[in-house]
Amino acid sequence: MHHTLIALVEDKPGVLNRISSLFRRRNFNIESLTVGRTAERGVSRMTIVIDSDQASAERVTAYLYKLVNVLQVEDLGNVPAVARDLALVKVTVAGHDRAALLRVVDETRAHIVDTGEQTMTLEITGEPPHVDAVIARLEPLGIIEMVRTGRVAMRRGDTALSAAKYS
Amino acid sequence: MPKRTGAQIIWECLVHEGVQTVFGYPGGAILPAYDAMLDYPVRHVLVRHEQGATHMADGYARAGGGVGVAIATSGPGATNMVTGIATAMMDSSPIVCITGQVPSKLIGYDAFQETDITGITVPITKHNYLITRVEDIMPAIKEAFFLAKSGRPGPVLVDITKDAQAASIDWQWDPSPVKMRGYRPERPVTPRDLDKAMALIRESKRPVILAGQGVIQSGAMRELIEFAERIDSPIAMTLLGLGGVPASHRLNLGMMGMHGEAWVNHAIQEADLLMAFGMRFDDRVTGNTKTYAPTAKKIHVDIDASEINKNIVVDAPIEADLRETLKDLLEVIDRADHAPWIAYIDSMKGHAAVRDIQKLPDSGHLYAAHVINDIWRITEGKAVVVTDVGQHQMWEAQYYHHETPRSLITSGGLGTMGFALPAAIGAKMARPDAEVWAIVGDGGFQMTQAELTTAAQEGVKINIAIINNGYLGMVRQWQEFFYERRYAATPLRSPDFVKIAEAHGLEGFRVDTRGEVLDVVQRARRADGTVLIDFRVEQEDSVYPMVPAGADLDAMIRRPEPSVLAETGADQI
Repeated sequence: MHHTLIALVEDKPGVLNRISSLFRRRNFNIESLTVGRTAERGVSRMTIVIDSDQASAERVTAYLYKLVNVLQVEDLGNVPAVARDLALVKVTVAGHDRAALLRVVDETRAHIVDTGEQTMTLEITGEPPHVDAVIARLEPLGIIEMVRTGRVAMRRGDTALSAAKYS
Repeated sequence: MPKRTGAQIIWECLVHEGVQTVFGYPGGAILPAYDAMLDYPVRHVLVRHEQGATHMADGYARAGGGVGVAIATSGPGATNMVTGIATAMMDSSPIVCITGQVPSKLIGYDAFQETDITGITVPITKHNYLITRVEDIMPAIKEAFFLAKSGRPGPVLVDITKDAQAASIDWQWDPSPVKMRGYRPERPVTPRDLDKAMALIRESKRPVILAGQGVIQSGAMRELIEFAERIDSPIAMTLLGLGGVPASHRLNLGMMGMHGEAWVNHAIQEADLLMAFGMRFDDRVTGNTKTYAPTAKKIHVDIDASEINKNIVVDAPIEADLRETLKDLLEVIDRADHAPWIAYIDSMKGHAAVRDIQKLPDSGHLYAAHVINDIWRITEGKAVVVTDVGQHQMWEAQYYHHETPRSLITSGGLGTMGFALPAAIGAKMARPDAEVWAIVGDGGFQMTQAELTTAAQEGVKINIAIINNGYLGMVRQWQEFFYERRYAATPLRSPDFVKIAEAHGLEGFRVDTRGEVLDVVQRARRADGTVLIDFRVEQEDSVYPMVPAGADLDAMIRRPEPSVLAETGADQI
């Protein structure tokens, strides 16, 4: 089962290493990990997706809190959440029907972000299963390069995750 | 504000933190700090290997209750500390390690004696710092001490580049308390958690308290005894918990686990309530977790939330300081009487034991159990005993009965051979008035034997009892039990330890028979300097009882009945 954990961490050198080292050390497999800034100064936000049961997710949460640079952890496994993944996919257009590709673009809300002589680059954004589905449709057309950001997620509703009380 | 170099700031901070003794070894990248050291009132103990420095700092911390400090240079100096840091991490021992690092401009260029010690020690420190700017030294050292001793204690490493040590700034000590954004060691007890635990305690007819090192570290000895007496609950001890409750207390059952007393393990398996206080259900304590204490409800009090539900899922967790929790419980808990349960456990002692020591065959050989039991009687149980890892460690836990906290210092979690000698030196420096014994096997002694020189150079007086059986004894025992006596790489030839002692200008004795033990032990105690005693004990003796790794806790291997009992069968136990 996938678990999405959010960690608000101090923006300091070596913090990413401490987090990834923790998952490796405790024998958890990271499926995806994204890091970025938050609206708060000096605070970074990590979205970590692991394959684990509920008890293991609770263990990981406790271990994360033991790291001195970790301010706040939220397990999105049990709450309604918005999740997004973004993919850039470069597809070859040589040797097949350009129209087939444009049809996929049209039907899946993908965006063409670049075109070359032989290729077209698409941006796909959405819930991770949506991105999976679009990629599945593009595969027969010839994907020659792909990158995905991994999941970012946020709890639905008015509750906000903030490190303000740790300033 | 006066000008200070980074090197001076290191010592200013150490002095402000109350440090009087440090254990270290100089080298290129830490030279500025060593140069500045001469102007500060700190005793430096020159070790023979940086691992020794970390174990000494560890022994110093565990014996004295403060923070131990170890210092080393970059590269190999720092990597030699790794075993000692991991040892302190596993046993929650508060030490601060300060290492020199190559100049900041050279970091990442594979400079001479450069190693990424902060990267290496991320998983084995509570936290660590790489300091490249002189102004960051004081905050890092202040935080290091605060982290090391607060919450669940542990090792912290501060790696300081040579240029940061050499640079100067206007500086003064900042006496304000440390505040860290992401670190909140104090955890209040919540009334709801307390109520849940209380209800379980009230219902229990067959309670057992499991007392770990957390009892000692939170200073909860008095509260624990009052609590146990109030609810009339027997107490089982972990290895690191020994001394937290006097061995002679009527409710103290003794040690649990792989080499615990049979009646203790049986009591745990038959209990209806376990109260785990400052212990972590280590696999050496539980045996097979699937069949562990099957009829017991479980309360777990630990300052480290990540220990809750880690090895054993519990019914009533309390993530808080043990002493505070016990104080809260004592406010509200009623007196109880569990006489039938205690009488039942007592009855198990009768048929389960007639302690091992009284069942040794009379082969004319010296037995380790007898040696340790004799040392206990001769020192009246008042010594600080530092043990290594292996058979002698378990025999010590069984036959030296500890009455006071911090009187047993041993490498429990990591099981580090070579720990005893340096840790004993550190323990003696923390408590100069205490009688300190290092009890160590012939294998472990040789791992850090070089620190004998340190003891001699520093004029430290400890007593060393080598339990010499000519084997890596515990591994040999496993080979005997589980590998058809195929003794692969366990027979061990040792040098003449008496001559080794003499080569250091120290006294050494060899003991082959039990009749000599009393006299030699007394001579060692009377001597001014460190004394080494080479006890030549029975070679193929084993530690009983034994729960094989991963077996059910009550599935113990017992000592075979000897055909002839030793004439010492009336030993006090």
